[in-house]
Parts: sequence; structure tokens; C-alpha cells
Amino acid sequence: MTTFEETGPRTPVVEPTRVDKVHPRAKLRKSVRVILTVIVTFVMIVPVLVMIMTAFKSRADIVTPPPKVFFHPTLEGFLYLFTDRSVLSPSNLEAERAHPGDLNYWQKLALSVGQKINGPSDYVGRLKNSVIIAGTSTILSVILGLFAAYAFSRFKVAGKDDLLFFILSTRMLPGVVVTIPLFLLYKQLGWNDTHIGMIILYTVFNLSFSVWLLKGFIDEIPIEYEEAALVDGYTRLQAFFKIVLPQAVNGIAATTVFCLIFAWNEYAFALMLTSEKARTAPPSIATMLGSGGLEWSAIAAGSLGFLIPVAIVTFVLRDYLLRGVTFGAVRK
Amino acid sequence: MATIELRQVEKKFGDLHAVKPLDFTIHDGEFVVLLGPSGCGKTTTLRMISGLEAVSGGTILLNGRNVTWLHPSERDIAFVFQFYALYPHLTARQNIAFPLQAQGESREKIEERISEVAKLLRIEHLLGAHPGQLSGGDQQRVALARALVRRPAAFLMDEPLGALDADFRESMRAEIKRLHVLQHATTIYVTHDQVEAMAMGDRIVVMSDAQIQQIGTPSEVYYKPANLFVARFIGSPGMNLINGHYAAGEVTMAGLDNRYDVPQNWKSALEKGLKGEKGVVVGFRPEAAQINDSGQLVGKVYATEMQGSSAVLHLTINEDEIIHIRTDRLIHYPIDTLVNFDINPQMVRFFNPKTELAIELEVTQ
Repeated sequence: MTTFEETGPRTPVVEPTRVDKVHPRAKLRKSVRVILTVIVTFVMIVPVLVMIMTAFKSRADIVTPPPKVFFHPTLEGFLYLFTDRSVLSPSNLEAERAHPGDLNYWQKLALSVGQKINGPSDYVGRLKNSVIIAGTSTILSVILGLFAAYAFSRFKVAGKDDLLFFILSTRMLPGVVVTIPLFLLYKQLGWNDTHIGMIILYTVFNLSFSVWLLKGFIDEIPIEYEEAALVDGYTRLQAFFKIVLPQAVNGIAATTVFCLIFAWNEYAFALMLTSEKARTAPPSIATMLGSGGLEWSAIAAGSLGFLIPVAIVTFVLRDYLLRGVTFGAVRK
Repeated sequence: MATIELRQVEKKFGDLHAVKPLDFTIHDGEFVVLLGPSGCGKTTTLRMISGLEAVSGGTILLNGRNVTWLHPSERDIAFVFQFYALYPHLTARQNIAFPLQAQGESREKIEERISEVAKLLRIEHLLGAHPGQLSGGDQQRVALARALVRRPAAFLMDEPLGALDADFRESMRAEIKRLHVLQHATTIYVTHDQVEAMAMGDRIVVMSDAQIQQIGTPSEVYYKPANLFVARFIGSPGMNLINGHYAAGEVTMAGLDNRYDVPQNWKSALEKGLKGEKGVVVGFRPEAAQINDSGQLVGKVYATEMQGSSAVLHLTINEDEIIHIRTDRLIHYPIDTLVNFDINPQMVRFFNPKTELAIELEVTQ
């Protein structure tokens, strides 16, 4: 079947010649916008740049006024961050310097500031704790949130609105307010300073967020897709995995990033509820301020290292995020 | 293929009856249309047959097998949705393969079936595309292919053409009808469009107010509506219905002093059907009116409507009753002129205004 619309008009359509000129004022406006954007971006990124530069500065460069923009980069900061060292007496220093061939790069670096590496610092273990706790709790809250959100979205749940409000209400108190009761509770349970305790805490804390966010995304998926899968011969669970999950991938990515950022950056609970075994990175970076003077390069290096994992995850998921954070407003 | 039987099937939402208990049987290979205004329960009925909606009571039999409480996947039926419901993350080919994969068919078998249905629906060139890249009509073709590929016992279609453009709808209508003839597949088709229902159905189930108003072939539903609702609902414009009083073989109508001599064969049926009451509704289709100067009935031209091959005259018979008459498009009737007409005695119907039911003509031996 061919219609007139499909074949187009029979006679050529004469339209006035297109003018691809832009009004000078519009051009000016555009360049002003670009300049403003650049300035704002610069202002936003300066602290990060300062942090990155500080991480690679030597102790002397850091305190030089005015701050140096060009300097000789060094990994001293990372040395201070990741190792436990002792100051060598002048005689020992001579002895160590006698046979430099046996030393690796880090040992030489330590030697250059008159120190000897005794072993890895506490920070290494704490970074590992952060990865375990933030990673596991994120995965758990997204998975649990996904199933809960699906149920809230698709089934008649008795008292659905009240339940959803209850879930949200767990987020209404500032975290600091509940730290003391939580501390006492955890003491009773023997969960203080344990991985499992922190994982459960962060999971529960993120769950309200992930249920609400994911419910929004699942609500957007027309129920007909699942119904089609049901009549096509699939069970509801199969339909969930084959149809709902691929459709919800943007929402899952967005939720994952948000949950991860919270769990990774969380400070107050970690400070109160962990001390040695399960202490995460954020409170330990802060405590570096206290022990043995201000090691700015180590703090900067710690913050930088701490920033990188979240930055990587966000970067990897950026395509989904762009679509995800618009909350399904833009389709296709 | 399959026979589908509904016995006292009903659906309640709380105290509200979405579908009142209904009985009907769809025979093997039949194309049955569920027709009715929105909210009449036709889609709910279809969804109960598919198993997507649980029944509140009654039994559904598929080929004599009780499927009332079976999961949709166990009923061996295919469902075509109004908005296609193609999986957007899969290509057309993967969409069509999806139901076969559920059955665990071999890859060769799946390929073979896909090319078979793709050829039937002329969508071979679209198989690599994602649903978002296809036009509405092509999406519905792919959805039909997905339904056909499994060779189910029955097809259930929920307004499959409702989301298409008007010109597309007509060609798809023919396509679905052709598929039905080729496949000889039992089909239940839901629509609110009576033209579509007339064009496609072997039988039409007219529904309103959560219950069946009439079951019949398109011509039965059109020429012998069972009640006033069906008479008004079917046809565009619907059947003309004029209130009058019956006495001694004559119906007197209000307004322009119209009298209508009831055809001889109707007289005894009317007397019986009205049970002594006087009120009667005379019904006739717009094309049943024959204009002629010595016609017994008269109306005043209110408006004329050009419909291409014919024209429709709107006539006022009294202050608040307007009837429609189909006329020759070449003859012009100025507004406010009086037009005389007769009713083709073969095509007149009578209704009891109290019960709203049609009065049956007694079959003369």
C-alpha cells in the first residue's frame, strides 16, 4: 500500500532558501555561556587539583608560601600513607646507605628522608575494609531493593503505602542521632568493630533509598512485557530475569552508584562503631591529622586513593547513569 | 486448534462486578469478536481466558480441559497486546524466538519457524531491527509473528489495531483476517470499534455493563439486534429508534402526526410481545428508509451529511427525536423541507420499551 504521504509530493516543493547564519548576539551569548561554564568548572575542580598536586609534593614543597604550581613530583605522600616507618639514627643511616643496590624504590625513598620501612601501615587494611564493607553492602542493598521494589510495583501488598513510608522514614533521622543507640545495640550483639555489623548497617541504611529509586524505575516498565512473557511460556521468575532485569539496568546502575558513594564515604557510623578490625578508610584519613604532626601529602594521597574507586565505577556506568538519573523521563 | 468454553465465568473487584457470570462457547477455528464500549468487561474477559487475570468464579475449558486455574504459560494460548509489548532490548528475530526458547526448541527448528512466519507476515527484512526502530504496523506484525510462531491452540487479541493510524488499521485488518483464514486458528478479538467487529468476526459477542447483550453473526447483530443497546451501538449511525403507541395494527408516533402501518406478519408478534401495553419502539436502519413522495412517514430535514458514496439525512420527526436516513448522494435536500419515506418492511424491527428487548417475529410455517 502506498499513500501520497509515503511517496511524497509529485511536484517539487519550493521553499525559501535556508539561511544558516546565526545572529551575532546569539553567537555572543553562546560564547559567554561557554566562558561561564569553564569558570564554574574550574572553581569546582580546583580543590581536587590541589589535592592531586599535594599528594605528589615533597614535605618542603607543601608548606612553601605561596603554593607552588610547578614542583618536582615525588611519591613521598604515598610512602607515608602506606608504610610504617622508623627514623634512623645518623650512624644507622650511614650503614643503610652503604649498599644501595639491595634496596627497592620505596626503601630508597624512605632512606632519602632518613627513615626505614618497617612494614605496611594500618591504612592498607582499612582501605581493604572499605572495599569489603562498601562493596558487599552495595550489592546486598541493590539486590534486596530490587526484589522489594518489584514486589511493591507489581503485587497487591497489604498496607503498601504505609510500608513504603516506613521504609523511607528510616532515612529521616540524621545518622548522628542514632549512632549512640546503635553503639549500645551493637555492643549487646557483639557487632562492634565487625565487618558483618557494618555491612548490615550500610545495607539497611541504603535499602530505603534503593527500594524507592528502583520502584520508580520498575513502575516505568510496562507490565505488558511480563504478561507477554507469561503467555509466551515463562514463569514469573524467568520473566523477571529475562525481561524486567534488562529493562531496569539503567536504574540498577544509578542505584548502585548512589549506594556505593554513600557506603564508601560514610564517616560518622564508621568512627563510632569501628576501631581496629573493621575500621574503614574515611575515619582513618581523618585520624592521620592527629598522629605525629600534619602529614599533608599522606592525607592528600589517602584522599586521592579514596576517590579513585568511586570515580572508576561512576565512569564505567556513565552511559546508564545519564539515562538513569533522568528517572526514566527520557525513553529510547 | 481449539474450542474454548466459558461457564458462568465472572470477575469481581470488591463488590463491583467487572464481568457478570457469562456463558459462551467459541468453536474450533472460529473468529469471535468481543465488542463493547470501554469498561464493559471485554478486556477483563479476555484476560481471564488468558490466565493473566484470575476468575472470581466459573470454569474455563480449553478443548474440554479445565484451565481455570492454570498459569498462563500452561494454557497454550498466545496473546497480542494493543501496544505490541515487544521486548525492547531484543531484536525482532529474538522477540519471535522468545516463546520457542521457552519450549526448549532446537536452534534449527527455531530458525525454520521464524523464517516461516516472517515470510507469512512479510517481515523478513525487519528481523534484525529493534522494536523501537519499527513503525507501529511493523511492530504489530512482529507481535503477530511472535504469537503465530508457537502454533498455539488459540489467539487472544486485545485491540491489536487500536494504536495504529487509520489507514494502516484497514490494511492490518485484512492481514489479520487473511492469517486467520490461512491458519484456521481459533481467535478471540477484543475491540470497541463496531466497524472492525463487523468486518472481522465470524461471530460477535456484544457486551455492555459487564454482561453479554447479544451473541450472533455480524448480520444477525446488525439486522436483528436483541435489544435497544445493541441496536444503538452497532452501525454508524446506529439504528433509528422511534417511540410510539401501538393500537390495532398501527403505530402512532409523537410529533409530525406520523402513523405507521405495521406489516401484516408482525401484528400477532407485536400483540404478544407487548402484552397489552401500548408503548413500542420502532427500529430501522438508515438504509431501510425508502424516500418516495407518497411515503407514509415524514420528517423535516435538519442536516445533511456527505459520506462519499452516499449521504445521510438527519430528519426531525418531533421536537427531540432525530432519525438518520441514507440517501443518494446526488440529490440535494434543502434544510427544513419535508421528506416522505417508507420503511422497507423486511428491515423493520420492534422493541418493547419496558424491557428494552427486541420483539421476535414469529416464524410462519
